[in-house]
Amino acid sequence: MTATPTSAAAEAAAESMEDETTQIARQRFTEAKRAERKLGLMLVAPAVVLMLAVTAYPVLYAMWLSLNRADLRRPGENKFIWFDNYVTVLSSPIWWTAFGVTALITVISAALELVLGMVLAIVMHRTLVGRGLVRTSALIPYAIVTVVAAFSWRFAWTEDLGWLAPSGSAPLTKFGSSIMIIILAEVWKTVPFMALLLMAGLALVPEDLLKAASMDGASAWKRFWLVTVPLIKPAILVALLFRTLDAFRVFDNIFILTSGANETSSVSMVTYSNLIRGLNLGIGSAMSVLIFITTGIIAFLFIKLFGAAAPGSDAGGRR
Amino acid sequence: MQPVTTNRKLMWWGINTIVLLYAFIPVFWLVSLSLKDDQTLNDGKYFPTSPTDDNYLSIFKNEDFVRALINSIGICVIATLVAIVLGTMAAYAIARLQFPGKKAIVAMALLVSMFPQIALVTPLFKIETALGLFDTWPGLIIPYITFALPLAIYTLSAFFREIPWDLEKAAKMDGATPYQAFRQVITPLAMPGVFTTAILVFIACWNDFLFALSLTSTSQARTVPAAMSYFTGATTFEKPTGPIAAAAVVITIPIVLFVLVFQRRIVAGLTSGAVKG
Repeated sequence: MTATPTSAAAEAAAESMEDETTQIARQRFTEAKRAERKLGLMLVAPAVVLMLAVTAYPVLYAMWLSLNRADLRRPGENKFIWFDNYVTVLSSPIWWTAFGVTALITVISAALELVLGMVLAIVMHRTLVGRGLVRTSALIPYAIVTVVAAFSWRFAWTEDLGWLAPSGSAPLTKFGSSIMIIILAEVWKTVPFMALLLMAGLALVPEDLLKAASMDGASAWKRFWLVTVPLIKPAILVALLFRTLDAFRVFDNIFILTSGANETSSVSMVTYSNLIRGLNLGIGSAMSVLIFITTGIIAFLFIKLFGAAAPGSDAGGRR
Repeated sequence: MQPVTTNRKLMWWGINTIVLLYAFIPVFWLVSLSLKDDQTLNDGKYFPTSPTDDNYLSIFKNEDFVRALINSIGICVIATLVAIVLGTMAAYAIARLQFPGKKAIVAMALLVSMFPQIALVTPLFKIETALGLFDTWPGLIIPYITFALPLAIYTLSAFFREIPWDLEKAAKMDGATPYQAFRQVITPLAMPGVFTTAILVFIACWNDFLFALSLTSTSQARTVPAAMSYFTGATTFEKPTGPIAAAAVVITIPIVLFVLVFQRRIVAGLTSGAVKG
């Protein structure tokens, strides 16, 4: 800032004109600001401390553990071994199979959920009758305990027992059909959540705009692609990002449906069984760190690819 | 746009029916399994032919299940209450006050909500064992609060932004004390948001399986979802279908009640945090 002499002189004059009352008022104002800052920090402190203590600290600790030999069965042999645990994990076919399975489930279920979620969102948004009823029932899959739903699918597909199981075959004992059932269970559970996020976006599309497009002769299909989709793109991206990260964590459904049999383990399943059966904290921590990094990469890619529309980019600025 | 004709109404009823079937078929399947007796259990039929309440009687006689139910209720209620108190404080500050680091806190909450919980299982197992928190209520309550906080902060700050806070000033001008202004003007306006958030947080805690499975080793703190996976039948390899189905139905009842009674609020809560967050 280059202040011209005249403006500087004017400022000085204005300052000298300031009487005591305005100075006191200004002082009060800054005191109030300081008090507000202090109150703000005090109010967020407990939540922040807890979140840091339960996530940041264990992650750092896991990073440290992952560089050590830490086998609970051989407590005497703990020592710093650099990246040996990572070499062990990354050269293990079990890890890569699980990684592939997780990626497969994530991509297919996120894609299906986006399409079906959009359909359900439109139904909930547009239905002329029984809107409350539709919304209430759509909330059931969202709210039900994942393990409960998983047991329902497992029993349904168990030979003899289940109403869906074809006689003479056991779909949950084969890789392909197991993966399909896991995806079915994931999709059933999360389509409503996806639909609710998308519906929130649909509610923001101005009705006039759709009417105008309709007057101009745009078909329903064109209205959807050329008016609705561009307007609700932020909602789509938020929903897709959250679901992708969520699908990548898939655990409950696989644990109940197959227990990871026939190579249907996800990375979460492998990490869990390593802890429970292997009791090897070094290897387990290396897996934890790898999952953490992968999640970070997915989130980063989403935000890079979709830029300003990504969540968080304007999170602090909104009022 | 177009006039509402009987045909269009009928079409929508048809579509609505599909949604209803989609949502309820897997749920009713569990209900009917839980009502089947031993003879008809393996008949593969969707509906029970000779309904019985044996499975329900048996699980409520099962000490592990009753204990798990108490654990589930106690742990989730405490975690919800604490998360709501901490979340309300933080959300109020984020929605109403100016202070440094606000953006960083919002970003941190977002990061925690995207966090892969499995990445915590191994280190938390080690830390909780060292601190004596493994297989205790606090050992589950603490991670539950942590992962509920982002949800609570986002939903609550979205609600708090909608409150006409000037009313508080107006009440004070009319002679109300700061406490009265807060208690009688602001609290009634804020309560629906707080209540809605509490339901969402409770549903999230109630649903947890991973922590319940890895941070417990006995029925002392094991919640129902984890306990269900440990139910044993006549032999180790046989899963007791009937009792599992009955237990599944029991823990679904509160969820269904919440959804039926508070549908509007749950939808508002889930969408408010989403659009603005």
